[in-house]
Amino acid sequence: MSLLKIIAGLGFVLTASSALAGQIVLNSDQSDPAPKKAMEELIADFQKANPDITVKWNNFDHEGYKSAIRNFLTADPPDVAAWYAGNRMAPFVKAGLFADVSDVWDKNGLNDTLKSTASSMTIDGKKWGVPYTYYQWGIYYNKDVYKKAGVSEPKTWAEFVANCAKFKASGIDCVTTGTKALWPAAGMFDYIDLRTNGYEFHMDLTAGKVKWTSPKVKAAFAEWAKIVPYTTANAAAIDWQDAAALLAQGKAANYIMGNFAVDAFRKGGMTNDNLGFMVFPEITAGLARAEEAPTDTFHIPAGAKNKEDAKKFLAFLASPDVQTKMNATLGQLPVNTKAKVGDDPFIQAGFKELSSAYALAQFFDRDAPADMAKAGMEAFQEFMVKPERIDEILERLQKVADKVYK
Amino acid sequence: MASSTSFFRRNRRRIAPWLFLAPGITMFLLYVIYPVFQSINISFYEWDGLGPKTWVGLQNYADLFDDPSFYTSLKNNLIWLVLYLLAIPAGLAVALFLNQTVPGIRLYKSLFFFPFVISQVVVGLIFSWFYAPGFGLLPKIIKVLTGSEIAVLADERYATLAVIAAGLWPQTAYCMILYLTGLNNINPEQVEAARMDNAKGWSMLWHIILPQLRPATFIALIVTVIGALRSFDLISIMTVGGPYGSTRVLSYFMYEQALSEYGTAMGYGAAIAVVLLAIMLVFITLFIVRMLSQERNG
Repeated sequence: MSLLKIIAGLGFVLTASSALAGQIVLNSDQSDPAPKKAMEELIADFQKANPDITVKWNNFDHEGYKSAIRNFLTADPPDVAAWYAGNRMAPFVKAGLFADVSDVWDKNGLNDTLKSTASSMTIDGKKWGVPYTYYQWGIYYNKDVYKKAGVSEPKTWAEFVANCAKFKASGIDCVTTGTKALWPAAGMFDYIDLRTNGYEFHMDLTAGKVKWTSPKVKAAFAEWAKIVPYTTANAAAIDWQDAAALLAQGKAANYIMGNFAVDAFRKGGMTNDNLGFMVFPEITAGLARAEEAPTDTFHIPAGAKNKEDAKKFLAFLASPDVQTKMNATLGQLPVNTKAKVGDDPFIQAGFKELSSAYALAQFFDRDAPADMAKAGMEAFQEFMVKPERIDEILERLQKVADKVYK
Repeated sequence: MASSTSFFRRNRRRIAPWLFLAPGITMFLLYVIYPVFQSINISFYEWDGLGPKTWVGLQNYADLFDDPSFYTSLKNNLIWLVLYLLAIPAGLAVALFLNQTVPGIRLYKSLFFFPFVISQVVVGLIFSWFYAPGFGLLPKIIKVLTGSEIAVLADERYATLAVIAAGLWPQTAYCMILYLTGLNNINPEQVEAARMDNAKGWSMLWHIILPQLRPATFIALIVTVIGALRSFDLISIMTVGGPYGSTRVLSYFMYEQALSEYGTAMGYGAAIAVVLLAIMLVFITLFIVRMLSQERNG
């Protein structure tokens, strides 16, 4: 009797976990308030539009998700999973863990409406997910500090560097950042390399096609070295939010950051009147301007049980109205060209910046493979503290690259 | 039926201990011994944790011995090992100091023991704030003394030392409690006799007290050495291995390579784990040999 009960119970558990028809399981990492709200709205709207489908949403902690996804994709794949574009999804695509969703793109005309990110969603000529949001990077600055130091907004890199000396004279950090978590330094490197050597070279570098020891890479670091003495001295000890506070308090003038930082600046007491945004200035004259625009995406795991409905979800996610509403909540830019961009001045500025850009990079840790990204970001951090070690650092990076890209 | 019952009855004294040990042994084999061999096996492969494994023989070890990060980690492990031993004399000093009968001594004892009770994560956070540039106490003190702030956790020269200092705080408390129990078991007659022979101060401590505390010292040494080698949480909380990897130790290096956000090199991580195991085995063997010889003599 009791044995029978156990078997019956097991059977119940098994059927319960294998998704019911009309249910999709969605795993994602929208743990911050705004993204969480955007997801809740998205799911509610999707269920309203598709009354026969229910979405079971597992929301993970942002950091924990990055290791959790490796487990659940193999052990217990959901029907839809959040991840990132570019090289960051390559390991899962190559391991056969993501499903090909080219048909969703073809059927819904996404090749036109999501054109700006099509290349970063393509591997081996197939599409592996659907993007729904991105945001710009650039230089955020404190207008009050500019006035106080008697400095005007720079048009070129040479002016930017010249301004730094003036800020220093007023006891202000020209550039601030917090590299304790490493990645903010990568944003600085990306921009300086994109402006010094251009988009193609930067992509070749992150794809392992050119050497870290090449003179062009050294040239980029030489440009960087010009602002290192004017950068917040304890950057390696602080988090990016701490550096945002320095900018808000008027102790620093410029911050090379992503648009998500606007929230932190506003919490620090800044308003649209004294918070400024500028596109990273030109370094090598005449280079086509490429920008950094990390894209967030949803994918269908290869082991999904309800791919039919999952594809409906992706198609829904790609539509202009949905992206308009979601990004209004997120405070970011919709990928769909037919979607409306929010009224916030920084989002508008970002839209102007990105829509006129020659090409978009994802971000160092999404363009380069994971092990290269880690070694690279550590090297950037070291360079900012010990710029004189540059040759040693680049040789070490090339050694890592030899191993990673073999 | 009858014969099996009688077999059990006949050998009950021999079987019973094994039955009691069985759950523990099973767990130990399943969760400790088996994974050890599994790790050794994985260390011969190149594997990203997802795709197929490729046999690479000793390549992971060759890469490891050619990797500057490995030597940084190894060097830091040695620094940890040596400096962590300071917890033993420090613990002894605190124990001797607290081993007196004055009103409220229980309160002082528990206050000194407090850091061992709280989580290592909390210890790490407290010390991070203590060291934090801008508002931490230490940078303020340094500023008063020298006129300029130092962010110790962001300076490759001091970062490891600063993390070890945080680790010594709970470890000293641990050694203190070991010595306090040891001091409770001191033979008062011996102390009395020594006093008659005019032993005082250092000579009393060195010749009478310390020999009797030898078992406590031995345990303190073991827990401190093992604690130094498995240091991980403080590094993860206080520096995340940085600045630029200069505070990494082997266990953290392994985590970074195999399990962290950017680490997918399972084989390489396993190779690091095997090296760490080999180092630990040296110490564990030394301890076990000594313990056995003591038991035989005693």
